[in-house]
Amino acid sequence: MPESNERKVMSRADLTKRLVSKLRNEEAVVGGIGWTNFELWGAGQRPQNFYMLGSMGLAFPIALGVAIAQPKRRVIGLEGDGSLLMQVGALGTIASRNQRNLVMIVWDNGAYQITGGQPAATATVVDVVGLARASGLEKSFWAKDEAHFEQLVDRALSEEGPFFIAVKIDSAKPAATTHRDPVQIRERFMRGLGVREAI
Amino acid sequence: MSSAEPDGQRAWHEIIRDVLKENNVRLATYVPDNVLSPLIRGLHADPFFTTFCCAREEEAVGVATGAWLGGTLGVVLMQTSGFATLPNVLASLAVPYQIPLLMIISERGTLGEFNLGQAMVCRTMRPALESMGIENHTLRRLDEVAFVVDRTVSQAVSTQAPAAIILNALLTGGKVEKKREV
Ligand SMILES: Cc1ncc(C[n+]2csc(CCOP(=O)(O)OP(=O)(O)O)c2C)c(N)n1
Repeated sequence: MPESNERKVMSRADLTKRLVSKLRNEEAVVGGIGWTNFELWGAGQRPQNFYMLGSMGLAFPIALGVAIAQPKRRVIGLEGDGSLLMQVGALGTIASRNQRNLVMIVWDNGAYQITGGQPAATATVVDVVGLARASGLEKSFWAKDEAHFEQLVDRALSEEGPFFIAVKIDSAKPAATTHRDPVQIRERFMRGLGVREAI
Repeated sequence: MSSAEPDGQRAWHEIIRDVLKENNVRLATYVPDNVLSPLIRGLHADPFFTTFCCAREEEAVGVATGAWLGGTLGVVLMQTSGFATLPNVLASLAVPYQIPLLMIISERGTLGEFNLGQAMVCRTMRPALESMGIENHTLRRLDEVAFVVDRTVSQAVSTQAPAAIILNALLTGGKVEKKREV
C-alpha cells in the first residue's frame, strides 16, 4: 500500500456536520449518490442542499454547473471515492476552467460501501489527491485529522479555488436516509438559490 | 425579424446558434464531433455563450443540470455514440428532477454510414428516447431548423422536461467515407 494512503480514518457523519456548521453564506452543497447525501441530509436540512438519487459520479459536474451559473456563491460538491473514479475526467474539466468558487470534497472509504462494501482501487493503489493534482487541481489536499479538515474547509470558503479536499473515512452507516422526492429536492434547491419563488 | 422565420441565408449551425441565443441558452457543453464542429466553433467564438468541452457526455449533462439549478439554461452537444452513454443519467437525473436539458445530437450511423459500430449505436437512440418519454425532433431541412429549435427550447423550459434535437445527414451532410476504387 502506498504510504500516501495511510491516513487517519475519520467519521463522515462527524465531518459532514463540521462542514455544514461552517456554512454561513448560503453556500450550495451537492451531495453525491448514496451515503454521501444521506449524511448531508442527516447533518440538517438546508434549502441550499441538493441530493442526488442516481447519476453516479455527477456531484462535481453538477456543482460545477451551479458554480458557473452563480459565480458569487461558494459551491461545494461531496462525492464518494467510487463515484469519483467513475467520472475522474471531470477533474480536468474543472481545472481547465479554474472554477474559483468550487470546492470538492471526497469521502474516501476505499470501497463501494452502499453496494456491499466491495473494495475500490482507492483502498490500495489509487490516491485521489494524486489524481486531482495530476488533473491540474493545485489546491488538492488530504485532511490529516479533524482539525486539519476544518482548516482546509475554512481556507476553501475564503480563498479562491478550486479546492479539492480528500478524507479517509470509516464505514459507519448513516443514521438518516434522504427523503427520495426528486421534484421536491430540485424545487427547494432552486428556491434556496434564489432562482425560484414559492407559488 | 426573429430567427424563427426562415431566411435562407444562414447555414444550419448559424441558425441554431442564433436561436439558442434568442432563447437565452447561455451555456454549451460538449464532447467533440466532426459534423458539429462548425456549431462548436460558432459557440466558442460568441462571448454570449460559455462553451467548453467535457471528458464524457454524462459529465456535460451534469454541468448543464447544475447550471439550470443555478438559473442558467444550457445545451449539450454530442454525436449519436455520446447519446448512447446517457440513459442512466437521463433516467435518474434529468427526467425525474424535471430538468429542461437540451440535447443536440448529430446523427451518425445512417444514410451512408461506413462504420458498422456507428450504425448499431444509432439504432439504439430513438428507442432510448421514446422509452424515457423524451421529446425529440429530427432536423432534415434547413427551412425547419429555426422553428423546431425555437419551439423545442421553449417547450422544454415551460414543461420542465429534457428534449433532443437530432441533426440528420440531410441537413448537415453527415460524414461519408472517402470514395476509393473497388
Ligand atoms: C452507473 C452506476 N453504476 C453502478 C451503480 C450502483 N452503485 C450505487 S452507489 C455505488 C457505490 C458508490 O461508491 P462511493 O461513491 O464510493 O460511495 P460509498 O457507497 O462508498 O459511500 C454503486 C456502485 C449506480 N448507481 N450507477
